[in-house]
Amino acid sequence: MAQQSDIKYIAPVAIDIKKKKYCRFKKSGIKYIDYKDGEFLKKFVNEQGKILPRRLTGTSLKYQKKVAQAVKRARHLALLPFVTDNLKSNY
Amino acid sequence: MVNQYETVFIMTPVLSEDQMKETVQKFEKILTDKGAEIVHQENWGLRKLEYPIQKKSSGFYHLFEFKADGDVVANLELQYRRDERIIRFLTVSMDKYAIAYAEKRRANRKEQPAAEAPVEQPAPEPQVEEVNNEESNIETAE
Repeated sequence: MAQQSDIKYIAPVAIDIKKKKYCRFKKSGIKYIDYKDGEFLKKFVNEQGKILPRRLTGTSLKYQKKVAQAVKRARHLALLPFVTDNLKSNY
Repeated sequence: MVNQYETVFIMTPVLSEDQMKETVQKFEKILTDKGAEIVHQENWGLRKLEYPIQKKSSGFYHLFEFKADGDVVANLELQYRRDERIIRFLTVSMDKYAIAYAEKRRANRKEQPAAEAPVEQPAPEPQVEEVNNEESNIETAE
């Protein structure tokens, strides 16, 4: 039992000091998210083409709604896939 | 009420270049006949679709930006549905941020048209750039 508690202290307590997430749209002052720019929107979807949640990208609620809207429009125009595998490895 | 709208449509890849242009003209006419003012238009050329539509894997994209009443849009979309050369379309009304963004985008495209449309005329661009560079070199030398 004593050994276990030793191990606990040998390992660094906080391994990753979390970097504060920020909303990239607020930071860089982007007001409009273009649905025509498929390459840009690929930053907000995962490999299967699903929209990434706010907790991962750090986007504020206001702009997350706009991102979602833009992704959906892009999908309608076949600029983004609805479902796929390995979206990120294509480019 | 006059609003600014943006519409993108996809035409089937089976059309020839002339047929494609004719289709674009047809829709341009539909818009202008109804009293719409076309602010801007872009031809993206033949693009690969991310997923097949009507068993086609590519299509001609075209974009119109126009100012018009709302009922013009309804008419335009009706005409899109009736035309079997159109495989997909999207019309969006633009808010002030969208208009500002579109103007910026237009300015960027004018500066570097080759970057957004790589299919069309990749060859003549570098020559122009070379000439410009030489001129600027001469100017600096003098």
